[in-house]
Amino acid sequence: MAQLTYRASVSLAIAQSMRKDQKVFFIGEDVGAAGGVFKATVGLLEEFGKERVMDAPISEQAILGAAMGAAMTGLRPIAEIMFSDFLAVCWDIVANQIAKTRYMSDGQINIPLVIRTANGGGSKFGAQHSQSLENWSMMIPGLKVVAPSCPSDVLGLMDSAVKDPDPVIFYEHKSLYALKEEIEQTDISIPIGEANTLHEGKDITIIGLALMAQRAKEAALILKDKHDINAKVIDLRSLVPLDLQTIKKSVIETGHVLTVEENPRLCGWGAEISSLISEHCFKNLKGPVTRVTTPHVPLPSADILEDNTIPSVELIVNEVIKKLKGE
Amino acid sequence: MVEKLNDDIGEEKRLQLWELMLKLRLVEKKAYDLFLQNLIKGTSHLALGQEAIAGAFGVALKKGDYTFCTYRGHAHTLARGSSIEGVLGELMGRQCGLMKGKGGSMHLTDVDKGVMGSYAIIGAHLTIANGTALASKYNKTNEVSVCFFGDGTTNIGAFHEALNMAKIWNLPIVFVCENNLYMEYTPIHEVTAVEHPAADRAGAYDLDKIIVDGNDADEMLRTAEKAISKAREGKGPSLIEAKTYRHSGHSRADPGKYRPDEEVKDWMENKDPIKNYRAKLLDFNINEKIISEIEEKIKDQVEKATEISIASPIPEIKEIYTDVWANGGSEWHN
Ligand SMILES: Cc1ncc(C[n+]2csc(CCOP(=O)(O)OP(=O)(O)O)c2C)c(N)n1
Ligand SMILES: [Mg+2]
Repeated sequence: MAQLTYRASVSLAIAQSMRKDQKVFFIGEDVGAAGGVFKATVGLLEEFGKERVMDAPISEQAILGAAMGAAMTGLRPIAEIMFSDFLAVCWDIVANQIAKTRYMSDGQINIPLVIRTANGGGSKFGAQHSQSLENWSMMIPGLKVVAPSCPSDVLGLMDSAVKDPDPVIFYEHKSLYALKEEIEQTDISIPIGEANTLHEGKDITIIGLALMAQRAKEAALILKDKHDINAKVIDLRSLVPLDLQTIKKSVIETGHVLTVEENPRLCGWGAEISSLISEHCFKNLKGPVTRVTTPHVPLPSADILEDNTIPSVELIVNEVIKKLKGE
Repeated sequence: MVEKLNDDIGEEKRLQLWELMLKLRLVEKKAYDLFLQNLIKGTSHLALGQEAIAGAFGVALKKGDYTFCTYRGHAHTLARGSSIEGVLGELMGRQCGLMKGKGGSMHLTDVDKGVMGSYAIIGAHLTIANGTALASKYNKTNEVSVCFFGDGTTNIGAFHEALNMAKIWNLPIVFVCENNLYMEYTPIHEVTAVEHPAADRAGAYDLDKIIVDGNDADEMLRTAEKAISKAREGKGPSLIEAKTYRHSGHSRADPGKYRPDEEVKDWMENKDPIKNYRAKLLDFNINEKIISEIEEKIKDQVEKATEISIASPIPEIKEIYTDVWANGGSEWHN
C-alpha cells in the first residue's frame, strides 16, 4: 500500500508502460533531465536513458509529427504537450493528420500514440495557460479523449491509452497533480470508455470530468450532509468513447441531470450529453437537463476572478438545490 | 563529368529510369483526359514536367524505405511501384482505388510499397517523415525516409521545425524540395527572403547547400543516391533543392495564365526531362527499337489499367462508417 500523488502516478504510469513494452518511448520539452515543468516525469530519463526519453526543442509540430510517424511504423510513442493551450500551435498535426490518416488511408495506417498534456485552471496562470480544451479534441472524429480525475485513474487509463491502437489525448488536470490516494496495486488497467461512479444517489445525476468530477463529488457530500439530497456523481473519465449506458441508467433512476464543465459555455461537452439524454431518455426526465460551465469568457488571472469563473463546489451545490427545490 | 552509357549509372538503370519516368508522364496525362471526360471529380494536382525527381528516387530507393509526398503525389506514388489502377481508381473514386475512394487524389497511400501518404496541408509531412526516420533509428534498422515538397513549403514553420529536429537527432532522412518556381499562383521569389528557397536555408541547420537540375534525370539520380546512402550509413539528413517546372496549372481549375508564355515555352520545349532523356538515350546509341518497345509497353499498361479502373465498382455506402478506429468502425459511444 502506497500513497501516491496524481503527479507521481503520471511518471509511474509511463514507467510501467515503458517497462512492459520496448516499443514505448517518451518525447517532450523539458521532460527528461528537468523531469517536466510539473515534475510529473521525474526519474524517467534515469531509468530509460536518452533513447527512450527524448528532450525535444520547442517545436510542437515537430514533436507530434515525429510521434505520429513513429506510431505509423508500429512504435507506441507518448508525446507531451506542456500545456494543452499549446495544442493550438500543432493542431494541424492533431486534427488533420493524426486524427484522419487512418480513415483516409482506408485503414492501412494505425496511429497508436498518446498525447499527454496539462489541462485546466486553478493555478492563476491566465487565459493562455489554463484552458480546459477537451472539447477541441472531442469534436474531431478519430481522436480518443481521456481525462483522469485521480491517481488510480491516471495509472489505469494510461495503461490502456498506451496499449490502444488509436490516438489518445490524455488530459491531465494541473489542479489535481497534488491530489493523493492510497493505492494498493499500481500496475492496473482501466478500459477507456467506462465511466466511474464517485458517489451514489437516486435524486439527481451529476456528470463531471477531471477536476469537475472531484468538485461534483465534494458537492454531493455536502448535499447529503446538509440538504438531504442524494446525488449520483458520474465521472466520465473519457469523452470519446463515451459511456452513454452508464449515463442512461442513472438518468432513468433520477430523472434530473446536471453536467459540470470547466470549459466556456459554447459547444461544451455538456451540450452534447444533454442532447443525447433528451434523445434517449426524454420520457424519464423530470425537468430540463442543465449545465454548469465557466462563463463564455477567456479565463482571467487574479485569484478572486479565476475562482469565480471556474465552477466551484458551492456553485454546484447551489445549482442542485435550485433544480430540485426551486430555490 | 563526360557521361558514357556504361558509367556509374549504366544502361540497365538508365532504361529503368526512362521507363519509370514515361509511366509517370503517361498516367498523369491519362488522369488529365479522365478529368475532361468528367470521370475524375474533385481537384487534382499534376506533376507533368517534374517526373525526373520522382523517377530518380523511385529507382534509387529500396523496398522498405519510406516516402512522403504532397497532394501533387500521383507520380511519387507510382514511382514506388503502386499499381496504375490503384492510383487512377482512387482518382475516380472506385473500389479498386488504393484507399477505395476514402482519401482521393490528394491523399494517395500505399503502405505495402512504402508510400506513407500524400499530405495536403503544407509542411505537415516533413515533421511526420521525421517520425518514420526516428523509428528506423530507434529500431536500429536501416530504412531511409524521403520527404518531397514544394518551394512554397519552405516558408511555413513546420519546414524549419522539421529540419532542426532531423539534424539534432541525426535522422536517416532526405528532404527534397521540388522548386517549380511557383507556390500556387505566386512566383516563389516574390515571397521568399532568399534566392534559393530551400538550399539557402540549409546552412541554418548545418546542412550542405545542394541544388540540382531536377529535370536532368541522370543528375537527379546521382544526387538521390548520394543522399540516400548518406542517410543509410547513419550520417544524417540532407536537404536537396531540385529545380523543375510544372507543365500544367497548379491544379485542375488553374490554366496557369500568370506564367509568361516565353517561360512556359522554354521549359516545355527545351527542358522537358522526358524528351531530353529520350534524346540522350539515342545519343548513347541505344537502339530506338528498344525505346519504342518500352513506350508501347507503357501505353498498353496505362490503357489496360484505365479499363480496369472504369470497370471497377463504386464504393459501397457503408464504407463511410468504416475505419475511423482500429476496430474497423466509427462508434463513439456505447
Ligand atoms: C497550410 C496550407 N496553406 C495553404 C495551402 C493552400 N495551398 C495548396 S498548394 C499551395 C502551394 C504550394 O506551393 P509549393 O509548396 O511550391 O508546391 P507546388 O504546388 O508548387 O508543388 C498552397 C498555398 C495549404 N494546402 N496548406
Ligand atoms: Mg511550387
